[in-house]
Amino acid sequence: MSSPSPARAAIVLLLALGGCDRESREPRGRPLPETGPQIAPQRTAMMNGVPVPTTEDPRADDYEGNAYHVAQGYRYFAWMNCSGCHANGGGGMGPPLMDDEWRYGGSMEQIAATIIQGRPNGMPSYRGRVTEQQVWQLAAFVRSLSAQNRQDVLPGRTDAPRNTEPQTLQEPQPVVETGVANDSASQE
Amino acid sequence: MIARRAFALSLAFLLGGCSGIQSALGRDGRHGEIFGGLFAIFLAVTLFVYLIVIAFLLAGIFRRRGKRQDGLPDEEGESREASLRKGLIGWAAFIALGLSVLTVASFVADRLMAQASGPDPLRIQIVAHQWWWEVRYEDADPSRTFRTANELHLPVGVPVQITLMSNDVIHSFWVPNLAGKQDLIPGRTTQIALHPTREGVYRGQCAEYCGLQHARMALDVTVEPVAAFRTWRTQQLLPAPLPRTPLQQAGLRYVETRECGACHSIVGTRASGQVAPDLTHLASRRTIGAGTYPMSRGHLYAWVADPQSAKPGNRMPHIPLEPDQLHAIVAYLETLR
Repeated sequence: MSSPSPARAAIVLLLALGGCDRESREPRGRPLPETGPQIAPQRTAMMNGVPVPTTEDPRADDYEGNAYHVAQGYRYFAWMNCSGCHANGGGGMGPPLMDDEWRYGGSMEQIAATIIQGRPNGMPSYRGRVTEQQVWQLAAFVRSLSAQNRQDVLPGRTDAPRNTEPQTLQEPQPVVETGVANDSASQE
Repeated sequence: MIARRAFALSLAFLLGGCSGIQSALGRDGRHGEIFGGLFAIFLAVTLFVYLIVIAFLLAGIFRRRGKRQDGLPDEEGESREASLRKGLIGWAAFIALGLSVLTVASFVADRLMAQASGPDPLRIQIVAHQWWWEVRYEDADPSRTFRTANELHLPVGVPVQITLMSNDVIHSFWVPNLAGKQDLIPGRTTQIALHPTREGVYRGQCAEYCGLQHARMALDVTVEPVAAFRTWRTQQLLPAPLPRTPLQQAGLRYVETRECGACHSIVGTRASGQVAPDLTHLASRRTIGAGTYPMSRGHLYAWVADPQSAKPGNRMPHIPLEPDQLHAIVAYLETLR
């Protein structure tokens, strides 16, 4: 029996349809209203190199594992002038974001908290200036700079010419929490 | 009978494209007129050639081939008609002549269009974004330049030189009533000249597929008398009026300090974002969302409350606003005349 049966054709069609649903685009965020991570209240004293305690947020994985949200984060990274200090992740006036050092933690929740609260020595607070969903998207993009996201979420190419290899070809950088405070502590 | 009706109906649809605010055969600008003339010459020449070819084809079908006198089949199909030879030479000469006429006409039209721009045109810069038009009026005096969005006011009878740029993907600038199309290509600048000759309101439309909301990327073009244009320009140069009522003031406060001002700019306030349409004289425009909706209080509410329902996929994020914040923002936006 070599002729393709309708059943077999239907199975092939169903498998092909699976390719149409890579990830969902939810332009309004989910659920409504979108909220940021459960983060500790703003503190007056902040130790460089000591991450702010955050609790895990289930939405972190949703945003980190969604190529659309990473791409939106890339857009906002330029629009909100993150690149003004961090360049394209290589750092400038601000610290680099594509290496393995995280002064205030490298998890989605910690990056979101850093964007919302601001950090000493120049990182302004974006509380209220960007929506909570944009914060999540930015955090997902920042994670992608050191290839932390799933392989199929990372962008294989960028919109602008770049001299670094695409993140899909990079090894994920380990998340190491270091900073000036830790360095000085180790020197003592 | 049905076929005839269908033909009449489709003809009516096609002719619908030749009138109104977005007419493919627009003659409301010098360039449109010149191009319309070129189109007429092309139509006449090609139609004439087409009719002759069809006539000869029909003649060939109905006219039998001549027979040899001995009754055997004539394999070479030898031509016994010297007149046919002459006719073919004449035909080749006519084709050469027709093509020359089209070439010269095309060249002359091109020259005329180049001259129509004039020596001292009004200079405008247009940057296309997904999915809206950023319009910058230039001036030798930097204090007389200003930004607006999705609207183009032009003085009648004055040549205009527009520099076109794109911020993301390839778009195409097309105000069919005034002139032809010109692409906007990221990383390059292109030019288009306009010379409106008739007052009116026209619709420009992005003519190169550019993504989800390509169809709703319209440009509202107003061609008005020179005096009215001057008034409009002077008005656009003014900073945004100060809010009067407490509600409007609360709206300004939100726009300046929260999400709005990070992307939008309003001259005269602290809202200075450069990635979204300028809102300084928003309420004086005829449409919102690049021609998506007419300007009205209801549409403003809909847009601010949920931009992703008003124009799905557009770059404005959903901001979860409380009702009092929404009222305040819309009240303030309505003062931006």
